[in-house]
Amino acid sequence: MSDIGAVKGDPTWPDELYELLRQQGVTQFAYVPDAGHRVLIDRSLADPDVHSVALTTEEEGVGLLAGAHLGGARGVLLMQSSGAGNCINFLSLVKGGNFPLLMLLSMRGEFGEGNPWQIPMGQGVQACLEAMGVICLRAEKPEDVIPTVSAACTMVFKSGSAVAVLLTQKLIGAKEF
Amino acid sequence: MTASEKLNRREVVKSLLSNRGETLVVSGLGQPAYDAFAAGDDPRNFYLWGAMGGAASMGLGLAVAQPERRVVVLTGDGELLMGLGSLAAVGAEKAGNLAIVVLDNERYGETGQQKTHTGRGTDLAAVAMAVGFRTALTVADEADLPEAIRIAREGEGPVMVVIKVSEAPAGMALPPKDGAYLKMRFREAVLGDRTPG
Repeated sequence: MSDIGAVKGDPTWPDELYELLRQQGVTQFAYVPDAGHRVLIDRSLADPDVHSVALTTEEEGVGLLAGAHLGGARGVLLMQSSGAGNCINFLSLVKGGNFPLLMLLSMRGEFGEGNPWQIPMGQGVQACLEAMGVICLRAEKPEDVIPTVSAACTMVFKSGSAVAVLLTQKLIGAKEF
Repeated sequence: MTASEKLNRREVVKSLLSNRGETLVVSGLGQPAYDAFAAGDDPRNFYLWGAMGGAASMGLGLAVAQPERRVVVLTGDGELLMGLGSLAAVGAEKAGNLAIVVLDNERYGETGQQKTHTGRGTDLAAVAMAVGFRTALTVADEADLPEAIRIAREGEGPVMVVIKVSEAPAGMALPPKDGAYLKMRFREAVLGDRTPG
């Protein structure tokens, strides 16, 4: 049976992560759904104080959050690793404008992947993002998540950087086929 | 209709942005950016020079962040066609302060005047209505322009106004290219803010 719930066991970090992002003043949650982000998406949809924006493709979120910044709002872009490739050209806007950007990627195509179509993008995510000026931080264990995203928030919202936190398959588990 | 009778994009945008008040503008790359700049540079204009297909998304993020201000996305048919899916997000969000104005010359003007899909049957206003915009219309005649501009400036959003314009090149009027400069002056004008995050 495939584990479409994705995140292993019943960890506490997804709820803590939502609370961290809200404490950081994030009010725009832009997402293309992935099981690894289920709690963040559901909580943002249920929260009357934030805007949870469903995208049709991930690069829309890069534009959306640049617009949010122009208007003084903080956001986060949630996607599966396969969506990183869709964002590449739009990252020119982030780099050229020194826009802050916080991305959370739930990884596919790495540790224990059983779908060969996920492997190329999964393996290329970090190199592609880094080539476009996005700093990548990896979270491998449950206890890594909050400190890593917290550090990313400081880099994004205090230093104006573009940072992607990769929620790895060691952390969230591999989908079974 | 001959080309000389078609609407002139520069004059259309000048009318649209005259006495603009607190309106915030995001312009798509190419001629729409030149049109906005030619109408009068303003720190509350953010001119895209790339990220083709991203103008509507950027306008949505801005409109959500600044719900009390009118946000006008000024873009071309080619740019919008590249981000057609983003209209679905705009339609779903129902941002009442957001208007997308498409200067539709049915051409990729920057790359040699190749026909776009709007010249081959795609009806952008129909797409907008199909994904949940509150109002969408297409105008091609001078007589219809004042009402179209009123809707773009005041109609409850999301609004799409497609304005068929002459394919004759309007020439270059080049806005600043430095994205960081454009960002900082925009934020300073709108938020009085120079901080990074």
